[in-house]
Amino acid sequence: MPGRNPLLYVALWLLLSLLTLFPIYWLFVISVKPAVDLFTTPSLFLDVIYWKNYVNVLGNETLRGYMLNSMIISSGNAVLVTVLAFMACYALSRFDLAGKENIFFWTITNRMAPAAVFLLPFFLLFTQIITFGDWKLYDTKIGMILLYCTFNLPFAIWTLRPTIDGIPKELDEAATVDGASTWQVIHEVIFPLARPGLAVTLILTWVFAWNEFLLAATLTSFNARTITTGLSEYVTTTGTEWGAMAAIAVITLIPALVIFAVVQRHIVAGLTFGAVKE
Amino acid sequence: MRSNTVGWLMLAPTIAILGIFGIIPFIYVLYVAFHQWNPFGASPDMIYNGANNFRRLVFDAEFLTSIAFTMKFAFFAVLSEIALGYLLAQLFMKEFPGRGFFRTIHTLPLIVAPIVVGSVWRLMTTPSIGIIPYLLRNWFGYDLNIGRDATTAFTLTVIMDIWHWTPLVTLTLLAALLALPKEPFEQAQIDGANRRQIFWHVTLPMIRPAILATVFIRLMDALRTVDEVWMLTSGGPGAATRYVGLHIWKIVFPKTDYGYGAAISVIVLYLTLVMCWLLYVALVARRERKRTF
Repeated sequence: MPGRNPLLYVALWLLLSLLTLFPIYWLFVISVKPAVDLFTTPSLFLDVIYWKNYVNVLGNETLRGYMLNSMIISSGNAVLVTVLAFMACYALSRFDLAGKENIFFWTITNRMAPAAVFLLPFFLLFTQIITFGDWKLYDTKIGMILLYCTFNLPFAIWTLRPTIDGIPKELDEAATVDGASTWQVIHEVIFPLARPGLAVTLILTWVFAWNEFLLAATLTSFNARTITTGLSEYVTTTGTEWGAMAAIAVITLIPALVIFAVVQRHIVAGLTFGAVKE
Repeated sequence: MRSNTVGWLMLAPTIAILGIFGIIPFIYVLYVAFHQWNPFGASPDMIYNGANNFRRLVFDAEFLTSIAFTMKFAFFAVLSEIALGYLLAQLFMKEFPGRGFFRTIHTLPLIVAPIVVGSVWRLMTTPSIGIIPYLLRNWFGYDLNIGRDATTAFTLTVIMDIWHWTPLVTLTLLAALLALPKEPFEQAQIDGANRRQIFWHVTLPMIRPAILATVFIRLMDALRTVDEVWMLTSGGPGAATRYVGLHIWKIVFPKTDYGYGAAISVIVLYLTLVMCWLLYVALVARRERKRTF
C-alpha cells in the first residue's frame, strides 16, 4: 500500500493501466495493419496506420444492421433484467417469504449450465415449443432479450442483493409509519439509495448481453443477428481476417465505452452514499 | 407487517422467466441424458439406454482429466481475482487525482467480448508472430512457447482470465465497500485497532455477502468458460487446457453424440451446484454462528 501521498496512487495506477490497456492497444494495432504486415516481426509502435479495415466494416450495411440489433437487444435486456432484479431483491430482502433463500439459490443455478448442451433445447424452445401460429421466438430480438435473462438475471440478483440488504430496514419502517405506501418506499427510499448498485448492475448486464456469442450464433439468422456473431464470421472463415475482425472488435468497444463514461458519474455519486445514511 | 402477496408478485416475473428458459431446457437435457441419440449418425432415433451414458463417463479418462483441469483453473483464477480485485477496490477508495479516469481504464477489459479476448491473447502469444514471446526473448532471453509447454499454456489461460475478470471483482467489491457505514470503522479506530485488525474484524465480516456473491459468480463462470480458452489454445498442447466446457462441446458438435453430451452436462451442472451449495452453506452458517455469540 502506498502512503498518503496521492501522487503515489497516480503513479501506481499509471503502471497498472499499462498492463490493463496493452491487449486493447494491441487489438487496435492489429486493426490498423494490412494483412501482410501481421505476420512479420512484431513492433511495439505503429509506423503506418492503415484505415482500410474500418472503411470496409463501416461501409458494410449488414454489419451496421447487426450493430443496431445488438444495441436493441442488450439495452432491452439490461433494462428488463435490472428492473426484475430490483423487484426480486426487494422482495427477498424485505418480505418474510416461505422458502425465499431456496428461491434465491435456485435463481443462480440457471447460470451454472454448460452452454454447449443447452443449445439444442433452446433451439427447440425457440422454433417449436414457444410459437403462436406462424410466429416463433427464433431470430427475434424479443426472444434474445428474454433468453439472455437466464444468465444475466441471476447475476443481477446476486450482485444487487447485498446493496438492498445493506439499506437499513429502519428507513422503510420510518417511511411506512409516516404513511408511505410500498410503492412510495421503493421509489423514494430504496431506489435512490440503491442507485450505485443499480448502475453497476445495469452496465454489466448490458455488456454481457452485448458480448454474448454462442447463443446468438445458434438462435438468430438475420433479423436479430448480433455484432459478435458477425465478428466471428471473420474468425471462423478459412484464413481468418484478423484485421477486419479487430476493426469490428474496436468498433464494438465504443458504445460500451460511452455507456461506461456516462454511468461512471453514478458510481462516483455512490461516494456520498455512506454520508447519506448517517 | 405488510402482506406477503406483494412480495410474491414482485418475485413472480423472475420465477416465470427463469422457469420457462431454465427449467424446460433442463428437463429436456435430463431426458436426453438417458438416451442414446446421435441425430446425424447412423441411427438418428432416440433410444432409451438407462444409465449407460453415466456409466460410460466414469471410465472416460478425457472427461476426468478435463474435470481436474477445470477445477485447477477455477481455483487459481478465482483466488487471484478476489485477492487482486479487493486490493484494487481498496485503492479506489482513496482520494487521488484522475480516480474516475483510472477506474474507467481498469474496467475496460470487461467490455471486451470473450471471443475477442481469446483472439487477441492468441495473437499476442503465438510463438512466431506474437509480441509477448518476441519481447521476452529480446529483453530477458526467455523462450515462451504455449504450443509446447503444458504448464505455460495453463498459466496463460489463468492470466488471461485474471486480466478479463478482475475488473468485475473490483467493481462488485467497490460497490460493497462504498455501501458500508462509517461508524464501525471509526469505533474500531477509537478502540485502537490496527489496519490488519480492522480488515479481519470489521471490513471482512461486513463485505462477506458481496465476496460470497462474487466468488460464486466467478467460480461458476470459470467452470463453464468456453470461447476464450478455445480461441487462445484450442485446448492444447495435447489436452492440457481442454477443460470440461470444451470437452462437452467436442462431444456434442463434431461428434454429435447428444445423449452422452447431455449426461456429462447433467453431471457438471450437479458438481457445480454441490460445490456452490457447500460454499454457501458453510459461509452462511459461519455468519449465523458469529451473530449468536
